[in-house]
Amino acid sequence: MKAHLAGRRALLALVAIALTFVSSTIILLLAGANPLEAFGHLLTGAFESPRKLGDVAVAAVPLLLCSAGMLVTFAAGLWNIGVEGQMVAGAVAATWAALAVPAPAGVMIPLTIVAGLAGGALWGLLAGVLKTYGHVHEIFAGLGLNFVSMALTNYLIFGPWKPPDGATMSGTDPFPEAAWMPVITGTRASAIPLLLAVVAIAAVYVMLRDTRWGLTLKAIGLNGQAARRMGINDRLHVLVAFAVCGGLAGLAGAVQATAVYHRLIPGISGGYGYLSQLVVLLSGLRAAWVPLVVFFFSVVQVGSPRLELRMQVDSSLGGVLQASLVLFFLLVNGLGRRLERRRE
Amino acid sequence: MKIELRDITKRFGPVVANDGISVTIEGGTIHGLLGENGAGKTTLMKILSGYQSCDAGSIFLDGRAVRLRSPAEAITAGIGMLHQDPLDIPQLSVLDNFMLGREGGWRLRREAARATLRELCARFGFALDPDAIVGALTVGERQQLELVRLLSLGIRAIILDEPTTGISAPQKALLFETLQRLAGEGLTVVFVSHKLDEVGQLCSRATVLRRGRVAGEVRAPFTADELVTLMFDQCLERSPREPACLGAPAVELRDASICTYRIALHDVSISVCAGEVLGLAGLEGSGQSLFLQACAGILPIASGAITVAGREMTRQPYRRYLEAGVAFVPAARLEEGLVSGLTVREHVALLGDGGGPFIRWPHADALAADMIRTYNIVGTPHTAVHELSGGNQQRALLALLPERLNLLLMEHPTRGLDIESADWVWSRLLQRREQGTAIIFTSTDLDELVENSDRIVVFSGGAMSQPVNACDITCEELGHLIGGRRP
Repeated sequence: MKAHLAGRRALLALVAIALTFVSSTIILLLAGANPLEAFGHLLTGAFESPRKLGDVAVAAVPLLLCSAGMLVTFAAGLWNIGVEGQMVAGAVAATWAALAVPAPAGVMIPLTIVAGLAGGALWGLLAGVLKTYGHVHEIFAGLGLNFVSMALTNYLIFGPWKPPDGATMSGTDPFPEAAWMPVITGTRASAIPLLLAVVAIAAVYVMLRDTRWGLTLKAIGLNGQAARRMGINDRLHVLVAFAVCGGLAGLAGAVQATAVYHRLIPGISGGYGYLSQLVVLLSGLRAAWVPLVVFFFSVVQVGSPRLELRMQVDSSLGGVLQASLVLFFLLVNGLGRRLERRRE
Repeated sequence: MKIELRDITKRFGPVVANDGISVTIEGGTIHGLLGENGAGKTTLMKILSGYQSCDAGSIFLDGRAVRLRSPAEAITAGIGMLHQDPLDIPQLSVLDNFMLGREGGWRLRREAARATLRELCARFGFALDPDAIVGALTVGERQQLELVRLLSLGIRAIILDEPTTGISAPQKALLFETLQRLAGEGLTVVFVSHKLDEVGQLCSRATVLRRGRVAGEVRAPFTADELVTLMFDQCLERSPREPACLGAPAVELRDASICTYRIALHDVSISVCAGEVLGLAGLEGSGQSLFLQACAGILPIASGAITVAGREMTRQPYRRYLEAGVAFVPAARLEEGLVSGLTVREHVALLGDGGGPFIRWPHADALAADMIRTYNIVGTPHTAVHELSGGNQQRALLALLPERLNLLLMEHPTRGLDIESADWVWSRLLQRREQGTAIIFTSTDLDELVENSDRIVVFSGGAMSQPVNACDITCEELGHLIGGRRP
């Protein structure tokens, strides 16, 4: 029974991948580009140099962290659309630490990490409070807070944290070097964030599989009514789930600020929050599949600029590929379920 | 319109809800449809109104065979149904609701509809404000709205499912007057109820269903006794049972009021002792479930006081009831009791695997396997609970209850179970009683009530009777009490 199910899943995934390639091929042909060449650039661009491989790691860190967080809220049946804003909140908190606290690197780096975690957790908690106490659906709470966080960054960049020689869209002044995450030589990647991201996804995997809290979240997500009757304090657990997800997203935001841009810029979340929503959906809400999906997404992310350089095809094709893969995956799964039901 | 139902059969898994039912309803008459809960009334009416398809059988309207695949098709064919709970859209106005489901172009003709609504209301003496928001109306007014809406769609037959629950006496009188008038004008009325006096007052004929079959048909004038005999099975021989060994009061209600928007119970005072079994009898929706939910702490009482095992529990949160050793086993096992999608072992881990943040899966597996053995559950620790049969879900729910309980509340403990499982469930429950747990349960099975209860209270029309000793009452007497007659 289980093997049969796994086989079916693999088949459905293959169908989704095939459909993605067919539809992207049509788009490329319409754009007058050679599809084979384009796919080649897209999938191999990331492997042409150690530096590019490092870039894959840079893209993978926020995706892993945000996806790990979102697995927690998804387990509790929550659609946490606010990951993007939670990233920004983490970046803002880390920026505050970097700009306001004079400290050596040994203190500064842990401090920005903790600040990012705390900022994101608070922002996530805010969405949770709006849901549990304000009866605002988490989708609207998250979406609204995303815009608030964006406005907050702009205010800070053009207000209190304005560089002395005038504010620009390029953000605050660079952080003092003590706040910069050290990079691996020859690349733009840093080891600490990568390690944190790997630990986070592994911890969430174990948490959902083997801990009482993970099981409790699943019970709340599947049947809140029954869970409440069993004496589970669902409101509290929902709040904690939001805080944990927000914390991990906040850490991702902090890392974008301290390891990638070395400053706070407008739109620092860079769409990674939304992209990880796709990662989690494509992984079928299973933590074990997240690293693979993240790797693929990061490769495409790094490979797509080469399309523009070599073939004058807009690099957004990478995004089209990622999104259509998710859509086809969901579509194929939905149709599969429908067929199954009809057979019954 | 003459309605003929021939050999209607409908199965839900192993349960046969309608087992070859044939009924003929003459045009322009009011026809009663009676039966206990689970007798198959609602299923039959859902089939007739297009909400459900039947597995076998056919429907003839004025002698013509029809297939009704949706409520819209049924309405086009001339059949409308007034549901027990109003199926309107509470956020919209009366007029907007009135216009729903109406054909005729893309443009809303509000003024024309307003005129039609006014005219219909005036004809039947309904006082509906077209601009009022439906959510603010009483159940009776919402019923009137649905009635005029269906009439304006040109229906020639109407089904009313328990229309008198939750409406006021003047509204009921007006409804009956309207129905009689409409029948006189040629409308066919099917009146689904288990209130015998109302059926006697209104209907010229009545069909009684029992366990998915037609138990009999009577013509007016008929007596409540005739109907009761048809509705309930004969009693079995009662096996002697040890008398209750009563302990301290496990739950006590004093002058409690328990209210929802449909129904209210007032001045409820009763005490149930440790080691006692109290049966709650009554037709569904008469207040038994409210009583159970109040004892479980799920539905806070509006006034009065409640104590559990000597502790003052009035207005305490549900969690405190759990701590006081109260457990509630709902009839909706998969909606309120178990977490559909989780496996048996996950339920065990969630509820009873000791402390610590990490689950010891081997330990949980062992507990689950043990539970499956002890409670004869057909399944494995890895079976998802929604894949278990109804009887096995009930066994799982019982198995997951804490070992020590002061008060066990059960809604229809054996509903949907075969005889063997039902006996087994009761043997388990009576073991709990021996250990000093007070048990309160609802049932529609008179045998089950008389056989297992120490005392029985009867709920009828939103009132709770004085408790009677189960050994002093026969099923027949109980049936009459349930039908609304005073003891």
